[in-house]
Amino acid sequence: MDQLDAFRAETRAWLEANCPAEMRKPFEDEEAERCWGGRNFKFFSEAQRVWLERMAARGWTAPDWPSDYGGGGLSKAQTIVLRQEMRALGCRSPLDSFGIWMLGPALLKYGSEAQKREHLPRIVRGEIRWCQGYSEPGAGSDLASLQTKAEDKGDHFLVNGQKVWTSYADKADWIFCLVRTDFQAKKHEGISFLLFDMTTPGVTTRPILLISGKSPFCETFFDDVKVPKDNLVGVENKGWEIAKYLLTHERDMIGGMGLVGGGRSLGEIAAQSIGLENGMLADPILRGDIARLEADTWAFQIAMERAGDLAKAKQAHPAYSSFLKYYGTELNKRRHELTMSALGADGLEWEGARSQDGEAARAWLRTKANSIEGGTSEVQLNIIAKRILDLPGA
Amino acid sequence: MALVLTEEQNLLRDSARGFIADKAPVAHLRHLRDTRDATGFSRDLWREFADMGFAGVIAPEAQGGLGLGPVEAGVIMEEIGRNLTPSPFFATALVGASALKAAGGPRAEALLAKIASGDLLLALAVDEGAKHRPGAMTTQAQRSGNGFVLNGAKSFVVDGHAADLLLVAARLGDTVDVFMVDPKAAGVSVERTIMTDAHNAARVTLDNVALDADAALGAGERGAAILETALNVGRAGSAAELCGVGAEAFARTTAYLKERKQFGRLIGEFQALQHRAAHLYCELEIAQAVTLKALQALAAAPDKAGPLVSLAKARACAAADLAVREAVQMHGGIGMTDAVDIGLFMKRARVAQELFGDERFHADRLARLRGY
Ligand SMILES: Cc1cc2nc3c(=O)[nH]c(=O)nc-3n(C[C@H](O)[C@H](O)[C@H](O)COP(=O)(O)OP(=O)(O)OC[C@H]3O[C@@H](n4cnc5c(N)ncnc54)[C@H](O)[C@@H]3O)c2cc1C
Repeated sequence: MDQLDAFRAETRAWLEANCPAEMRKPFEDEEAERCWGGRNFKFFSEAQRVWLERMAARGWTAPDWPSDYGGGGLSKAQTIVLRQEMRALGCRSPLDSFGIWMLGPALLKYGSEAQKREHLPRIVRGEIRWCQGYSEPGAGSDLASLQTKAEDKGDHFLVNGQKVWTSYADKADWIFCLVRTDFQAKKHEGISFLLFDMTTPGVTTRPILLISGKSPFCETFFDDVKVPKDNLVGVENKGWEIAKYLLTHERDMIGGMGLVGGGRSLGEIAAQSIGLENGMLADPILRGDIARLEADTWAFQIAMERAGDLAKAKQAHPAYSSFLKYYGTELNKRRHELTMSALGADGLEWEGARSQDGEAARAWLRTKANSIEGGTSEVQLNIIAKRILDLPGA
Repeated sequence: MALVLTEEQNLLRDSARGFIADKAPVAHLRHLRDTRDATGFSRDLWREFADMGFAGVIAPEAQGGLGLGPVEAGVIMEEIGRNLTPSPFFATALVGASALKAAGGPRAEALLAKIASGDLLLALAVDEGAKHRPGAMTTQAQRSGNGFVLNGAKSFVVDGHAADLLLVAARLGDTVDVFMVDPKAAGVSVERTIMTDAHNAARVTLDNVALDADAALGAGERGAAILETALNVGRAGSAAELCGVGAEAFARTTAYLKERKQFGRLIGEFQALQHRAAHLYCELEIAQAVTLKALQALAAAPDKAGPLVSLAKARACAAADLAVREAVQMHGGIGMTDAVDIGLFMKRARVAQELFGDERFHADRLARLRGY
């Protein structure tokens, strides 16, 4: 305990000395001000660049990865302390990255030594930005029915096919991609997990416009793309296991998304927008809805905390992340629905400075994807029914 | 503190689970109900609770108790919930003992010793109207000579019909105190109220009841804090009980989904039911997490635990309520019969929700605390 307290004190002092003031302010335009890194990333400010550089130098962009691969080498408990101290000071995340959230954990478990040494340090430093090539037009919830083909050509695979909903494919440097290497085998047994550079000849992307008015994701096409054999992760035709392992990390990340927030609480937003009467929100039915949502959110945070403790005590069910993903995303959608109700017509102005170009409305629309991406809510409920509750035929 | 039980707490749970399931399964409640038992719970069983140490779970070791805290009491409440066990545990060992512990002093210690040995039953009288609204209390204590005179009417006094000593919350000037009242004293009348779930409460009327000066637990000063502590421990304990009620109703329901066939299939194969069961699982997990958190917070700093306690009671009410409603629906017609236990879980959940504030009461309390 004492050691952890000492670590906390050092961490706080270091953050105070090294996190630029600008990086301690809440986002004004989160989408534009987040740091994604990558070859072509344009830093929003010098402070953002410095903050990434300093955190990456300590490996604290991926605090619990081994220091051999550029990570922070921190224990779980230390990682939690670091997060708490960052939150206490209001520090922004120095780097958001599919590499950190998804690929890294999978490479640490399934990658070759050479793959770990090549890719992990670059992820930590924010040099390479990754995208996720899982979904296809015919393979969404039924991901294992994917058809993108990779043929064995001796020293390389020849990849042909199409991915869809590939988030930030147009901005990413590399892709981790599920391909079919055996068309004869059962659908789960012919899948392989490949890594390749998005600048490889034959890769093209086409952005898709979302209901929020933004284009964070793309259709991605592969036309005779040559991928060196060394870029196969794990064993050929055994990629499904890796794909699933990675998905549990993605789910944890998406499930917790609604909770990072910071900023003003929904109660405060509503009080300012609608006003109080006798110390209570002037819209009593909305007040009740908000009170329940805020209680549910706090309760869910505690359930996430318990999930971590259960995992540490080796008492967590392996499919527990489906519960967190399902519940966290449904909660986040509810929060944004109520935010829109609290803001009323003011929140509906789509353009102009007053509404910051419809920021709340766009954010509300964006959250609708939370219960679709990374496996839909219905799919998570299927997993809970089958794997946790052991219900028949599920 | 980690949100898992410690090794000792797990041992306690195992022994409570085995003991209560063995001595007081749902059939025990049925028997008491169907024989219209004069007390509504078994005094012999309570003696065994005392022998196990459960009656004195939070009484200090110096008074013959186990000297444990809210978390351990919650562990026992959860098992009581699973088995729908009618027992003085809540009113006496949990709420009453918490009030006395918060009051302190030689007299309280003597009473705690009698609780631990199973020789004293208490009942806290707070509610007056249809809903739990301690802020709207009208029962009044007036100073008179060296002591007090008490007037008012209380309802939903859990175990009030059997208590040896009533702890009555009342206004005193511009504050509140908790008064020890002998139910046999002049001016006190106690009417047993058998509740929907075959557990018992009482309506208590106080008509110019004369009390000694030392009847006020908080000596006219600390009463409000003592009452708040007793209520909060009771709320968190009730949340733990609701977790047990919900978990057991859910376990019986998923078992039924794996056994009942319609349309040539197990009904558990129907996705409409699978998804509802999976959602319910999530709600119950959350209620468990929050309840443990609240019990730990009460153990660490009772005066700061109020918001977490409200959160726990609110979530446990909602989760148990959903669990019992889904349980009856997913059992179909058989779930409506008195012969099957599921309905008893529904009844208990309804009563326990009402106890010391339902989901709305506690959600409202949280909203007020947050300034809206
Ligand atoms: C914003 C966003 C970003 C994304 N980013 C990426 C990315 O970077 N990379 C990537 O590979 N993919 C990405 N996706 C794709 C995402 O993983 C898929 O959209 C998702 O898996 C669902 O597949 P689908 O869209 O084909 O829907 P479908 O599978 O066609 O589902 C349609 C509806 O049917 C329901 N349904 C399907 N099967 C069942 C079943 N067995 N039982 C009950 N209901 C069922 C679904 O729940 C849903 O409601 C992203 C999606 C979004 C919205």
